[in-house]
Amino acid sequence: MTRLEPQRVRQLTQQAGVFATLLGLLGLGLWLGLSQGAVTLAPEQVLRAVLGLEPNPIVAELRLPRVLGSMLVGAALGLAGALFQGLFRNPLADPYLMGSASGAAFAVTVALSLSGGLSAAYASDRIFAALPAYTPVFAFGGAVLAVALTLLLAGGAARTHDLVLAGVVVGSVLTGLTTYWMLKDADRVRAVMAYTLGNLSFMGWPEVRVLALYLLAAGPLWWVLGRTLNALSLGEETARSLGLPLAQLKLGIIGLATWLTAASVAYAGIIGFVGLVAPHALRRLVGGDYRVLLPASALGGAVLLSFSDLLARVLTRPAELPVGVVTTLLGGPFFLYLLWRGRRDVH
Amino acid sequence: MSTRGLWAEGLCFGYAGRPVLRGVSLGLAEGEWLALLGPNGSGKSTLLRLLAGLLEPQGGRVWLDGKPLGQLSTWARGQQVAFLPQQSPYPEGLRVEEVVRLGRTPHLGLLGREGPADDQAVAWALRQTQTEALRHRWLATLSGGERSRVLLARALAARPRFLLLDEPTSHLDLHFQAEFLALLEGLRSQGVGVLTVLHDPNLARKADRVAIMVEGCLLMEGPPQQVITQPLLSRVYGPGVRVHQLEGQPVVLLG
Repeated sequence: MTRLEPQRVRQLTQQAGVFATLLGLLGLGLWLGLSQGAVTLAPEQVLRAVLGLEPNPIVAELRLPRVLGSMLVGAALGLAGALFQGLFRNPLADPYLMGSASGAAFAVTVALSLSGGLSAAYASDRIFAALPAYTPVFAFGGAVLAVALTLLLAGGAARTHDLVLAGVVVGSVLTGLTTYWMLKDADRVRAVMAYTLGNLSFMGWPEVRVLALYLLAAGPLWWVLGRTLNALSLGEETARSLGLPLAQLKLGIIGLATWLTAASVAYAGIIGFVGLVAPHALRRLVGGDYRVLLPASALGGAVLLSFSDLLARVLTRPAELPVGVVTTLLGGPFFLYLLWRGRRDVH
Repeated sequence: MSTRGLWAEGLCFGYAGRPVLRGVSLGLAEGEWLALLGPNGSGKSTLLRLLAGLLEPQGGRVWLDGKPLGQLSTWARGQQVAFLPQQSPYPEGLRVEEVVRLGRTPHLGLLGREGPADDQAVAWALRQTQTEALRHRWLATLSGGERSRVLLARALAARPRFLLLDEPTSHLDLHFQAEFLALLEGLRSQGVGVLTVLHDPNLARKADRVAIMVEGCLLMEGPPQQVITQPLLSRVYGPGVRVHQLEGQPVVLLG
């Protein structure tokens, strides 16, 4: 647009304000994440460690990758949630809608059976470290295969309702199998439960690098899919009449969301509510233009998960809570609040 | 067959084996308004979807300027043929102008950047539908009639050569129904071919041609005077419909 009108300026200002706030919160989350934990570090200690003036393994090797990892996982979940909410035109869609979570949990169970169980003695909050080294690969593959199975059962991506139904079927069957299989062995119960409750304690630099690559690969698609999702919000018929090759684009959206979800599940287990709440809340703040909403949801997810992980680390320190417990405890009531507010606004 | 225009030739279509269209042939020329009448379930909307390239014919073919419509790229099709469905979801968080801008999608593709031509087309479409004052409102907060006009503006924004409108007037008050007829007049003079599905035969009175569909077949097609007649409408809609003449034009009343 060449000429900017006051209303448009106001909208842009508000959007810029939301992005600035999210970035500020990310900075705050980074700072708190580095200084807080089992041991509290003084500001100057954190600063010296970050600036490289004083080697500090707690900051450099433990907290920094963990905080960055939580942000990357949160961003992946926020983005995947926004993609699915747009695709299904349903604000209650979440990244696991098509069975990826159950697929990952099932694959982790399989991985454990193949390896003969957990590798060594473990503490409950270090259970990811005791899992076999190839677990993330299995989780990623399980998530992708489950979504592929959902697509197969739904006969492709053409009929959205079939996709949701097939996703529910695949999810419940895999969950049933997982439960049956994991109950054979107490170690498996603990390991699979740890996975399904989400955990960021295994986050190190290699994981952060891989996650960053996954997110970077998703970046260029944002504009294309943003425009597609905008058109889709007027209905599939309208989107197709506008010339969009919807069959391929829908597969692209599912593929990207699955890629992001699988990556996050592989390194952090299943973390509920982030991918549901972040896009939902940000839609109210920045509007429904997906070219804006997609990056905003990624940032929102990053903020939400980094703060949730912070709580998971400090609430019961020196022990840790599974981060999925925190996101669920925070996200549930917050989501109810959004629903209640939405009802009040509309009627 | 004239080469310019949008043509349906012997179209057959059915959903799950239930036939909906049984060999419909119908042409839409440039600068022409064709009004499609017919009872519920007679196949009007399906015909529109086939003409818009949203459904693949199970028999017969759709031609655009003498070429099979299916051979065009989806973008080229979208630039030339705009389709307004009977119902659309009303997304939260999209403003009127953003909705109308989506109409430019066929010209932009997936990666194109909007330019002055797009701004002009959007401004024109807003003006034509008198929705300029609403441009910063949220679509979801508008009244039914306002939404209809905005969605019509979305279809217009592509500056299509052919416009397929499925019940565009159903939420409009009398004032905007009159405005809609004036808009069609303007589009016709610009060479746009318009096909409207209408429920009210009185609105079709000013059309160039009226076609009536019954049970998937084209029952009759011709100038309004010849189609909007007592015997024909009684046959299609039942005995409760009365066609009167007022100043030489048919007026349809109930009872």
